[in-house]
Amino acid sequence: MTLRVLDGLKFRKAASPIHTLDPRTKMLSAAFFFFATVLFSEFLPLMILFMVQLPFIAAGRIWKEWARSMRGALFLGIMILVMNLIFSQGLVYSIAMTTRFLGLLSSFSLFFLTTSPDDLSLALQKWHIPYELCFAFTTAVRFVPVLANEAQTIVDAQRSRGLELEKGNFIKRIRNYIPILVPLIVNAIRRSLDLAEVMESRAFGAIKKRTSLFELRLGSGDYVAFLLVAVGVALVLYARLGVKIPF
Amino acid sequence: MIRIEGLSYTYPTGIQALKDVSLELRDGEFLAIMGENGAGKTTLVKHLNGLLKPTSGRVSVDGVDTREASVASLSRTVGLVFQNPDDQLFSETSEDEVSFALKNFGFSKEVMEKRVSWALNLLGLERYRKASPLMLSGGERKRLALASVLAWDPKVVVLDEPTVGQDHNQKEILRQFIVQLNAQGKTVIIVTHDVEFVAECAPRVVVMSRGRVIMDGEARRVLCDESILGQASIIPPQVAQVFYMLQDLGFPRDVINVEDARRFIVARVRPG
Repeated sequence: MTLRVLDGLKFRKAASPIHTLDPRTKMLSAAFFFFATVLFSEFLPLMILFMVQLPFIAAGRIWKEWARSMRGALFLGIMILVMNLIFSQGLVYSIAMTTRFLGLLSSFSLFFLTTSPDDLSLALQKWHIPYELCFAFTTAVRFVPVLANEAQTIVDAQRSRGLELEKGNFIKRIRNYIPILVPLIVNAIRRSLDLAEVMESRAFGAIKKRTSLFELRLGSGDYVAFLLVAVGVALVLYARLGVKIPF
Repeated sequence: MIRIEGLSYTYPTGIQALKDVSLELRDGEFLAIMGENGAGKTTLVKHLNGLLKPTSGRVSVDGVDTREASVASLSRTVGLVFQNPDDQLFSETSEDEVSFALKNFGFSKEVMEKRVSWALNLLGLERYRKASPLMLSGGERKRLALASVLAWDPKVVVLDEPTVGQDHNQKEILRQFIVQLNAQGKTVIIVTHDVEFVAECAPRVVVMSRGRVIMDGEARRVLCDESILGQASIIPPQVAQVFYMLQDLGFPRDVINVEDARRFIVARVRPG
């Protein structure tokens, strides 16, 4: 209910041309979308950047999950629209800001839905980031769905005790989340202590030099993607520096 | 009175958890819902206070369609105690924990104080009144969660896996407690895997498997039906297994608890 937007970040194994790309390629593409989106505040380029992502989402066969996270973000998107309108930034600008938010979210969603945490960790290790940090990162990503499930259970348990999240004024509504957040945080801390003990009892860190079962290798798809990103960068720079954007 | 008619439920993820479940529960009944992991037991009880609304079919509590009432108002009648107390305990003291729901339901201060003391006493937690719920042991936390629901005196009490993580003594106390609640006229529903526990309680038993109700009847009948239990990954209670093997000696087949077993065996050993 409350955490539906996180569904758009849950990785699911699938065989698609996007899933099989090297994680570094996808990271580069996601970074491209991120910086390009931040670079513009006009509606037209932001809308184009949003639309350009759609074929990749189709190729990755993640329509359903992507749409769910977009729907989850709708409320926040509307908030951004309304806030911008209230502070009289003009309608076009307000819509542009909403599009920017959705575009950013969509690129994150595309990245996380098609990249397994393990692949991501391998990519980080390739860049000589210490294994402990990579492990912490993958674990964090992997526990997002667990946390989301648990949050749902806690919400159910408290609603069964008469808690009404949507009741009351603004302050009261924020206070309503205390009975949800306290168990969630306490359980997360408990679990992390357990996890540390489990890892130690399985000799985590006993071997200094690690080898890994899977090696990352760039394929032809990756080179095509690099080319596309290069074209994208050129276009973005040209649009930013060379032409006047109508709106 | 709870009436479930042709209830099907599909989660937003597309998993169909309940398929055409129909069930009727009279006031004051004692029901155990059993079944393998993922059979849909918890999904089913979440319909009773409106946390989940039917995808198709209908659930009504005392004549009120759960689709037309809020979770808060349905919970007033149907108190749901979740499996893991850690998913609900959040207050600074046990006392606050119990009064949380009472506040939500708008009880007056005097009534609230009375109810809190009553509930803490009932579950032997009076001395932890000012203690943090996080400092209590596993079994005590489970009892506190139960106290926090019983405090508002719901007509129907639903306990999800009440015996998990409890030692034998605690289970026995819990059993007596549940039987007593039921004797006082409350409708009690337990969701459990614990076949020995159900055998000792001897309630009405509903067996679920893969989202369907595959059997509904008296414990004595259901818990001796190996083929039905097998479908739901449950083995009959040990006493039932022994009596199954003794049937060629003329012992009855439908004996499930130790007390009855003793009676039959003694009667045989000391005829007349």
